[in-house]
Amino acid sequence: MNSLAVPLAAPDRPVSGVALTIVIILFVAVAALGFVAARWRAGQETGLHSLDEWGLGGRGFGTWVTWFLLGGDLYTAYTFVAVPAAMWATGAVSGFFAVPYTIVLYPIVFLLMSRLWSVSHRHGFVTPADFVGGRYGSRALTLAVAVTGIVATMPYIALQLVGIKAVLTVLGLGSAENVLLTDLPLIIAFVVLAAYTYTSGLRAPALIAVVKDLLIYLAVIVAVIYLPIKFGGWDNIFGAAQTKLGAVNPATGKPAGVFIPGAASYSAYWTLALGSALALFMYPHSITGVLATKSRNTIRKNAAVLPLYSLMLGFLALLGYVAIYAGTKPIDLNGAVNPQLVVPQLFLDHFPAWFAGIALAAIAIGALVPAAIMSIAAANLFTRNIYRDLIKPEATPRQEASVSKIASLVVKFGALIFVIAMDQSTAINMQLLGGIWILQTFPAIVAGLYTRWFHRWALFAGWAAGILYGTIAAYNVVNPVTKANFGGSIAAIPGTDVQVYIAVVAFAINLIVAVVLSLVFRAMKLPDGKDITRHSDYGADENDPKVAQIQREYPLAEPGTTV
Amino acid sequence: MSSPDVPTRGPARPGPYIIAGVLLAIAVVVPLFVPAYSFDKPRLAGIPFFYWYQMAWIPITAGLVGISYWLVSKEDRRRRETVRGTANGGQVS
Repeated sequence: MNSLAVPLAAPDRPVSGVALTIVIILFVAVAALGFVAARWRAGQETGLHSLDEWGLGGRGFGTWVTWFLLGGDLYTAYTFVAVPAAMWATGAVSGFFAVPYTIVLYPIVFLLMSRLWSVSHRHGFVTPADFVGGRYGSRALTLAVAVTGIVATMPYIALQLVGIKAVLTVLGLGSAENVLLTDLPLIIAFVVLAAYTYTSGLRAPALIAVVKDLLIYLAVIVAVIYLPIKFGGWDNIFGAAQTKLGAVNPATGKPAGVFIPGAASYSAYWTLALGSALALFMYPHSITGVLATKSRNTIRKNAAVLPLYSLMLGFLALLGYVAIYAGTKPIDLNGAVNPQLVVPQLFLDHFPAWFAGIALAAIAIGALVPAAIMSIAAANLFTRNIYRDLIKPEATPRQEASVSKIASLVVKFGALIFVIAMDQSTAINMQLLGGIWILQTFPAIVAGLYTRWFHRWALFAGWAAGILYGTIAAYNVVNPVTKANFGGSIAAIPGTDVQVYIAVVAFAINLIVAVVLSLVFRAMKLPDGKDITRHSDYGADENDPKVAQIQREYPLAEPGTTV
Repeated sequence: MSSPDVPTRGPARPGPYIIAGVLLAIAVVVPLFVPAYSFDKPRLAGIPFFYWYQMAWIPITAGLVGISYWLVSKEDRRRRETVRGTANGGQVS
């Protein structure tokens, strides 16, 4: 397909036959892989009838599988669509911050995640809220962490659908008139996803991630070498980007975007990067990926090799600028400009149809991996921290697994309805809020890995204060063009005009409240909850016995009992 | 708790952890210090400094994390050996 085949005047697009066929073939192959995954590394007598097996893939993923799994989990389809879209539309501050974000992420992961792995391994924790519950013995705090995780994950799943939708739109599926027909491919894709997640659990996305990641690397490497040569070098591309982003937008009287941040944007740029990096591994789906690894050091080794994905993301971001030079026209079904179509459209315009098909399939399949892991993670949170903690404390592992499977279906269909029934911007706003909210669980989870100094109720109060401030501040950001609320994630620090990422200010408020109230509550001698973890748990590795085993060998029961 | 808190690792030597901590701190702070790289020139193959400098920090960070991994895991192994002795029998794997 070349650009001649895309009539820009008419919103309805011609179907790109070859590319669509490739996408369908790859999608079917991947779906089959998802079902086969149920048998991969299985064979224990339990089958998939426990959360360790269904929800954490048997807790045995080594370095390679984890690399693909976390790569597919963290660098989502929405990222691949949204980051170049942001570069194309507004430039460096809202787009390229993804690069420092995914750089500083890994030292942080290195520091925190092996401790979380160790204590979770010893106690059989499946979710971050399990750990908070074990550490602080506070039901309110556990529930706060669990609910925040579920609520923040839902719109994230919905955005993966937005990623698939971008691909389908560019391929020419759907029309502005027939809404049902437009959404039908999306619904089919999601039903298939739901089915293999239900049967195979975390093994399905782990296996699919390998295929998806290889396709994405192939697409990005080829595009980044071929397109700049075709367009006469990066000089031309950056020149076009500078011109476009520097042009004054008549609606706001300001430049359309930022080519290289000036002094006024420094704080926004680095707080966006830092805040996002701190938040990412508080998301349940990231922690699910960590807890599914085999040993304490798997995640640390991965922190050193996962940055390869960041490099790919950086080049992908630059494709947003390539699209500016190429004059890509991301026209949506309703005839409006939709920046999210930029990268799929770029591939379709400038590559042979079969290669565009591979690239678009990589993005669409890329949505399935994180969507599956996110729904599993949210389902695990529901099962362990709402169903088991509040409804049925004596639930067996088998019951937990079946509840979690059903919950994963509910979560996915919730996300589907989200995307089909509501405006796309609702999902994006919710995702923006989700990022702010999830960071508010950081003090409870991370401080607990190192110290019991914080008081459980102080952490709860800090969480509430952070959520409250973050929500209000995000609501008050008004889009200068559309005058809509939730217009962005940057606001001034109260009392100053320093522009920063709202989540970081909310986090600071959260931390201050938690520290001050901990001092007050300690002075008042309010009771601490029961801490079931011990110092030695935080350094345990896969060869150390689990707590259940220690208790068998050193029974807690009356003196004199022997085993 | 009547089950004893059996240490999983022996006492730490601070050296490797301090070095790793410094390396990781560099990997976090330097890429976030925007005033150091918000320039257009010098360009590399037509890519402005702002863009290629940040991309260059991706492999540098990977290297720093890799060195930290090597330091910390070596110390970790030593600490475990002091607890377990040389006899590795009876371990569950």
